[in-house]
Amino acid sequence: MSYRGMAWPWGSWESCGRRLGDGPWSNKVAMGQESWVRLGGGPWGSGVAMGHRCGRRSGEEPWGRGLAMGQGQEWNRARPHSFVAGVIHPWRVSAFERLLWRACRGYLVASFVEMPEPMEDPATGETITWVIFLISYWGEQIGQKIRKISDCFHCQVYPYPESEASREETMNGLHSQIQDLSLVLEETEQYLAQVLDKVAVALPTWRVQVQKMKAIYLVLNQCSFDVTQKCLIAEVWCPVRDLTQVQDALRQGSYKSGSSVECFVQRIPTSESPPTLIRTNKFTAGFQSIVDAYGVASYQEVNPAPYAIITFPFIFAIMFGDVGHGLLMFLFALWMVVYENSPSLRQASNETFFEGRYLILLMGAFSIYTGFIYNECFSKATVIFPSAWSVATMANHSSWRWDPQPLCDPLPRSLPGLTPPCSAHSSAYLATHPTLTLDPNVTGVFRGPYPFGIDPIWSLATNHLNFLNSFKMKMSVVLGIVHMGFGVLLGVFNHVHFQQRHRLVLEFLPEMVFLLALFGYLVFLIFYKWITFSAADSLVAPSILIHFIDMFLFTSNAGNLPLYRGQVAVQTVLVVLALASVPVLLLGTPLYLCCRRRGRAPRRCPLSPLSPQHLDFAEIFMHQAIHTIEYCLGCVSNTASYLRLWALSLAHAQLSEVLWTMVMRNGFVGLSYVGGVVLVPVFAAFAVLTVAILLVMEGLSAFLHALRLHWVEFQNKFYVGAGYKLCPFAFAVDTGE
Amino acid sequence: MAYGGLTVPIIVMSVFWGLVGGVLPWLVPKGPNRGVINTMLVTCAVCCYLFWLIAILAQLNPLFGPQLSNETIWYLKYDWP
Repeated sequence: MSYRGMAWPWGSWESCGRRLGDGPWSNKVAMGQESWVRLGGGPWGSGVAMGHRCGRRSGEEPWGRGLAMGQGQEWNRARPHSFVAGVIHPWRVSAFERLLWRACRGYLVASFVEMPEPMEDPATGETITWVIFLISYWGEQIGQKIRKISDCFHCQVYPYPESEASREETMNGLHSQIQDLSLVLEETEQYLAQVLDKVAVALPTWRVQVQKMKAIYLVLNQCSFDVTQKCLIAEVWCPVRDLTQVQDALRQGSYKSGSSVECFVQRIPTSESPPTLIRTNKFTAGFQSIVDAYGVASYQEVNPAPYAIITFPFIFAIMFGDVGHGLLMFLFALWMVVYENSPSLRQASNETFFEGRYLILLMGAFSIYTGFIYNECFSKATVIFPSAWSVATMANHSSWRWDPQPLCDPLPRSLPGLTPPCSAHSSAYLATHPTLTLDPNVTGVFRGPYPFGIDPIWSLATNHLNFLNSFKMKMSVVLGIVHMGFGVLLGVFNHVHFQQRHRLVLEFLPEMVFLLALFGYLVFLIFYKWITFSAADSLVAPSILIHFIDMFLFTSNAGNLPLYRGQVAVQTVLVVLALASVPVLLLGTPLYLCCRRRGRAPRRCPLSPLSPQHLDFAEIFMHQAIHTIEYCLGCVSNTASYLRLWALSLAHAQLSEVLWTMVMRNGFVGLSYVGGVVLVPVFAAFAVLTVAILLVMEGLSAFLHALRLHWVEFQNKFYVGAGYKLCPFAFAVDTGE
Repeated sequence: MAYGGLTVPIIVMSVFWGLVGGVLPWLVPKGPNRGVINTMLVTCAVCCYLFWLIAILAQLNPLFGPQLSNETIWYLKYDWP
């Protein structure tokens, strides 16, 4: 009989079994082995003992017959002999036999037979087919040798009674004991199964309780004992606003636990910097987390998150602007928001997408708005208002017809639209010219700016990128400078709050002057050129970029006309102002702090190079120098960095146009019913590619770049972000063990 | 509608975003979220108005016109006014 450990959850059945039935179980193994020894050794031993009984042996014990028969008869009559019987591990049999032979040469008879059934080793637990051996010997010394040898080989030796009757008796006794023990073991196993079933029902609750207790003890371990060793003292950070709540909670806790001594809380002074706590609700938590991902706000510093709630989706939308894609994103987020309380949605959806559902909602909404402004809906333009460019007027103009007599000088001028219509001529003209450009100089061709967004004619034009690139680049630069200026402005809140008003004059003012004198002026140039320069002087329109470069280098370009009178003088003044603000930024604050410190302690010992004042000054000066260099160089590089708004919106527009022309348009080729059927798989491909490439890939890309613009270009104007979060104790829900 | 150049759109949009950014904040009910909502309204108004303004000013005085293929011209001659 063999016993296998049952597969219970913790594998502790064996230990339970051992504990409950160790005695009986190992006894049972021993008894089993003994019984086999008796069974096996019975006929042979009886054959030896009563040699003439050889004929009564059963057919299942063929071994030892011949030997026993022959020798047993002689031995029985010749000398008194004894037996050693036991079981041995099958791997040790040959070595055992050899050693026995060498040690007690010829004076013993050993017989080995395998057990019919494997049994479990009580020590190691593996099932082994033991080998039963029966050694017959004569002589006391040989007997001792044999016993020592069997000890060495870790054999289990059993007593072997001489007479057959006693052997039978022992066998019967063993069998009955085995039966009793197996009964006991069965009952024990059933009882164990019942107990474990009951435990399995209560196990999750116990697990949670244990985890809670463990968490509480972890926190209690961080407390220290007071002088009397009877109370625990904990130093905690607590928001001032919640102090009364904490006191109430402590009082309630003491009352509920029934203790005689009340817990109390007291404010103590400390020089450590406190942690940052920003209270958020489910809407603002997403935006706060993206700000915190870069760095938690320092204690009582201005928090950029409330502004990021709008500027982050807006900057994303500039790079993603498409009505159709924005609408899909908005609907997806709306679905998640409406069903946010259902647990099935929480399990089904991705954790990241679900946490950012409000973020995606706003991103989609702003993308719809910027999509209308860019006039792109799945890369197609919508004509909400009639287009401002009139092709008909241009077509009837003289430059698009072949006229025998020239009407006037070759240069196109604004003519009244009274030329006689000559459609045949103009058709011939059109046939020979694959592309023609509308000229805004001709009256009536351009009728005014499109009221909302980009004119739809640009989506039909082959040179639409010329216009859109110029528009988007200038837009990126303008929005970037406005964003950065806003960042510098937020620094004012910090200076005012931390009572560092000198920084308003010595840092904020030079920073603002530098930014506005150079880049604010650039914004002014952009707007000025848009407003004052029109198609009439398109051939001589000045280049803003050349002007900007000349401004810094104090050179001039003859071919580049000035935008307005006195431009050079104004620019010189601005550059001088900007350059003058740099040393103010560099030296202002350190000198002011140094003077203030000196003013406070006039009776100090003469300043030595190692005095703390000097060291402080050096550190402050170094810090300020780094800040100045970072700010001034950063202004230039960050402004250029905002051009990624142009780059990504161009990429998005081009990708969606490619997808339309190469995938969806092929579905409209056949105009029959068959064509309608073909349209279905074409649309399926278009939809899958739109979601995979344009929504997911471009969405993630625009998200990342918007994040970078916020974290680096915007926040390094005012944000320090060196704080740490307040982590109050809470029983967090563990998703895993 | 007759093309009014810049005046009509700029009046309409300025009034609209002016309402959103300047008047709505006063109408938000008092509560713990009032500050955040006001910040959101003003920021949204400024961003969206500026974006629209850039788009319309860029098209106010175009220095060159769109280049169209002759097929497009044939079609648009008769379809668009």
